[in-house]
Amino acid sequence: MKKLLLATSAMAMMTGAALADGHAKEVKIGIILGFTGPIESITPMMADGAEVAMAEVTESGMLLDGAKVTPVRADSTCVDASAATAAAERLITSDGVKGIMGADCSGVTGAILANVALANGVVMVSPSATSPGLSTAEDDGLFFRTAPSDARQGVVMTEVLMDQGIKSVALTYTNNDYGKGLADAFQSAYEAAGGEVTISAAHEDGKADYSAEVGALAAAGGDRLVVAGYVDQGGSGVVRAALDTGAFDTFHFPDGMISAKLVENFGAEIDGSSGQHPGTDSPGAAKYTALVDGAFDATSPFSPESYDAAALIMLAMQAAGSMEPGDYKSKIMDVANAPGTEIFPGELGKALELIKAGEDIDYVGASAVELIGPGESAGNYREVKYEGGKEMTAQYR
Amino acid sequence: MDYLNAIVAFANFVFVPGFAYGAQLALGALGVTLVYGILRFSNFAHGDTMAFGTMFVILITWGFQSVGISAGPLPTALLALPFGIVLTGVFLLGTDKVVYQFYRRTRVKPVVLVMVSLGVMFIMNGLTRFIIGPGDQRFADGERFIISARDFKAMTGLKEGLAIKTTQGITVITAVIVVALLFWFLNKTRTGKSMRAFSDNEDLALLSGINPERVVMYTWLIVAALATIAGTLYGLDKSFKPFTYFQLLLPIFASAIVGGLGNPLGAIAGGFLIAFSEVTVTYAWKKVANYALPESLAPDGLAQLMSTDYKLAVSFVILIIVLLFKPTGLFKGQSV
Repeated sequence: MKKLLLATSAMAMMTGAALADGHAKEVKIGIILGFTGPIESITPMMADGAEVAMAEVTESGMLLDGAKVTPVRADSTCVDASAATAAAERLITSDGVKGIMGADCSGVTGAILANVALANGVVMVSPSATSPGLSTAEDDGLFFRTAPSDARQGVVMTEVLMDQGIKSVALTYTNNDYGKGLADAFQSAYEAAGGEVTISAAHEDGKADYSAEVGALAAAGGDRLVVAGYVDQGGSGVVRAALDTGAFDTFHFPDGMISAKLVENFGAEIDGSSGQHPGTDSPGAAKYTALVDGAFDATSPFSPESYDAAALIMLAMQAAGSMEPGDYKSKIMDVANAPGTEIFPGELGKALELIKAGEDIDYVGASAVELIGPGESAGNYREVKYEGGKEMTAQYR
Repeated sequence: MDYLNAIVAFANFVFVPGFAYGAQLALGALGVTLVYGILRFSNFAHGDTMAFGTMFVILITWGFQSVGISAGPLPTALLALPFGIVLTGVFLLGTDKVVYQFYRRTRVKPVVLVMVSLGVMFIMNGLTRFIIGPGDQRFADGERFIISARDFKAMTGLKEGLAIKTTQGITVITAVIVVALLFWFLNKTRTGKSMRAFSDNEDLALLSGINPERVVMYTWLIVAALATIAGTLYGLDKSFKPFTYFQLLLPIFASAIVGGLGNPLGAIAGGFLIAFSEVTVTYAWKKVANYALPESLAPDGLAQLMSTDYKLAVSFVILIIVLLFKPTGLFKGQSV
């Protein structure tokens, strides 16, 4: 009896699957981002960005002759590698996603890549993992990122500070892959340019008290405090303690710190500070903002990159004529780079049509995508400054 | 040589923040130690009780702020504090009725109660996030500084500034008042005495007609007050984020154990010991030394004993040393 039941239910499941296949084709794409954890205040806008791209493609009805693209969200937690790995495992084995838009933080991205994506042969396109270590990670050609490596950010950061005439800084970083990678990249670039890093001190996220760290940073001194941390976590705690004790008045913020939350937390107290995060003045950014049309904050960090990451996966599928990661992984570089017709946000339908007609495209997207080396963005940065309690764009680099 | 600047630099970066942090830890450790002394288990839910109580205070503070009630230069949260304490007290008594009472009646081993409190911790953890969210909440208002670094420099003409935040001042004053009240209560009142008797020897206390349920009730109420006050002071001084409160549990337990679990005086000493060891051992003495020593002796490097990465390790090393040589803590507490 038991066996009969089992057999019947197995049969039912199989016919169910076959039926589903017979209807419209569906492509599932996973979105793994830290919806809880250190960067939970920016991830909703990132996921929204990716889903805008998927909705656009579904609406066009051009992908693989009318396939429907369904996003499946999962939580990377940003910091917990085992939770992130489990989430990715679930996406691939039980939801059956054909590509992953994510993950976000460098540590969990490396973990998912090594433990899940490689083993299952699934393509990952991360919008925001920026650790230089990921450039050399073993990936079987499955891993791409629309965010630049922090080795590049270290150089840009050095230029921003040098242009302001700042030759001596104290440096604190969050004690993980992202913080350490960025801090090292910045320190070597800055010292090569003739600057002095008086101290490079790690801080742990989510700790009760940062007066010890700020005491050491203040003792070392410097014209500015560089905070390579997270705005939702220790980064803000260090800035708060540094301001309160009068240790530093002005700061320099890399991408993890730049968010509306920073201005909300500190307002005019950080006037005179500077920062930079991936961003561009290419027409793509404006088109993306127009496309989103106020549904969410399209200028939020890594939101444009997320749109692009999702778009690249779907365009590559079209170019390969298959939704299987093994087939389309080699096409991602082709659709991202010249030669071909330039594609901006809102033109995904047109791009799919061109590809179908056998023409080349050069996906520019919302963040001026140009993939170099092992499949990472060449990097455009938006330099920001803080004046009168507001974040302003100084220039693009 | 410039001793005055050296002293000010030391006070600004070590003494003042360390003292305020110590007071916050001491209040937290007092709550842990009371539960351990009287109810005889390590309450893992204490960090989240603090978060829970603070959440009530924040919600009431927002209510006050929206109808325009304020405490002038002081944070409005101080006015909301009594209401927060009452609500937390009611919640803790409810938890006791629903959860702890059953295990106490069946006289389970303390380690079972510890696991029970772990469960309570997860539930409070979730409730707090559910009601107020996992993010940072700001509820501090009023004057931020008693004296700011810039004003101090202008006033004294020294090169170093000294900043004392209003919240740091309030933290220390409130801690002193609370501790004085607690000791008066435990030593002078009838209920306090019966609580101490219950803590010293449960059976003897029962024989002499002390009602255990009353003792338990008063303990939870005091713990609710201590946790809410400690949590609110901490939130005012730094920021409110449920996850940080959960992390606070470690230094709080370290403080209570170093001082001697079950001994209120020890909890206070332990709080300050842990706070100052975290700040001083990893402090870079370069600035202070440059002021205090003659030029020929001034250090070139940072003069830092160990990097701030090891901050947490410091409190645990102290904990281990104390437990090795004085297993009952610095002040004679109950052995674990």
